[in-house]
Amino acid sequence: MTDRFNLYHYASPATFYPLAGRLIPWFAALAAIFGLIGLYIGMLVAPTDFQQGEGYRIIFIHVPASWMSMFIYLVMAFWAAIGLAFNTRLSGMMARALAPTGALMAFLSLWTGALWGKPMWGTWWVWDARLTSELILLFLYIGYMALVAAIDDPRRGDKAGGLLLLVGVVNVPIIYFSVKWWNTLHQGSSVNLAKSSMAEVMLWAMLLVALSFWMYSIAVAFARVRTLILERERNADWVKAELAGDRP
Amino acid sequence: MKSRHKKLALIAGAIAVFGIIVGLVLNALNSNIALFKSPTEVAAGHYPKDQLFRIGGLVKEGSIQRQADGVTIRFIVTDTEHDIPVDYVGILPDLFKEGKGAVAQGRLQPDGTFKAQEVLAKHDENYMPPEAAKALNDAHARGVQKQAEQEAAATAQPKKTY
Repeated sequence: MTDRFNLYHYASPATFYPLAGRLIPWFAALAAIFGLIGLYIGMLVAPTDFQQGEGYRIIFIHVPASWMSMFIYLVMAFWAAIGLAFNTRLSGMMARALAPTGALMAFLSLWTGALWGKPMWGTWWVWDARLTSELILLFLYIGYMALVAAIDDPRRGDKAGGLLLLVGVVNVPIIYFSVKWWNTLHQGSSVNLAKSSMAEVMLWAMLLVALSFWMYSIAVAFARVRTLILERERNADWVKAELAGDRP
Repeated sequence: MKSRHKKLALIAGAIAVFGIIVGLVLNALNSNIALFKSPTEVAAGHYPKDQLFRIGGLVKEGSIQRQADGVTIRFIVTDTEHDIPVDYVGILPDLFKEGKGAVAQGRLQPDGTFKAQEVLAKHDENYMPPEAAKALNDAHARGVQKQAEQEAAATAQPKKTY
């Protein structure tokens, strides 16, 4: 190892395992703090909306979950590309570790959207471009998990799953821009990097919950990747030492 | 070029090509992906003749009327260029209001009215407290009034040309 900071150093499961273990409590704590403050502001401090009344408050879960569902997919596709190009061991495990969280976020997004749609639009579900493409995202997550689980050799499973992830990545911009490209029942986006059409307090609450979801996703993905590392490297000496109780 | 860089370029190229294919397909399917037709499209005859379809637009100000039978509601969906009168029997969502967006599913009758089976409200992406909405509205009203006054003043006093 060179003395400067080296990313490749942490690409090795043996060094990433203890690093992830040390970081998990921090991310978990930050998730709890940001989540509590964000929900407190969102539910109790933020003002009532001028047209939707109190019902709009589900936005504080709905939008962060939707953002996260798209972003996690992009991260998984990134790991898939790295894994296929550089044949690194950790990338496939990272993609696998993120999948259940991504599926959870996509499900949350659809579920809270249905609960919100009924009182405001008058329907739980409509086959518009935004809702349908988000449903396809949920199916992509589930399909990915089923595919990698169905292949016994983990490295081959990673390759097949990676291919699916890369093909499916085209769906993410479709979800994001669907409300611009086609006429949909779903309204356009309230917030992007340039502008926001929300009152400032509401925006802060939403961003804090989004930050909390980020921290949560990192924490659970790290916990999952640690299990995957132990499972795959079970014949390595450091894993045997780790499991015997003396930490390296 | 190292082989792994070649591989990365190949992957990126494949994704780009696939993306373009999907883009073209979606473009071809454009009219089928749209959830509803606008009144202008309907006026131009671009709608399915023998099946259910959706129209969408703004509910025209002052157009909501309950018919004499007590259950039918009639309102006008407009995109400011064309209007479609809509008849509907059923419960309207809370956000269904004059001047706001709505989407109706049903069939176009020979007399040009749209018989709706389902009416959904479409809201916008603005979220603010009622006071802020009121302030915005008042400011808009003042702006409109000011503009009207200026126009009136401009027409009342013809330009002096010397």
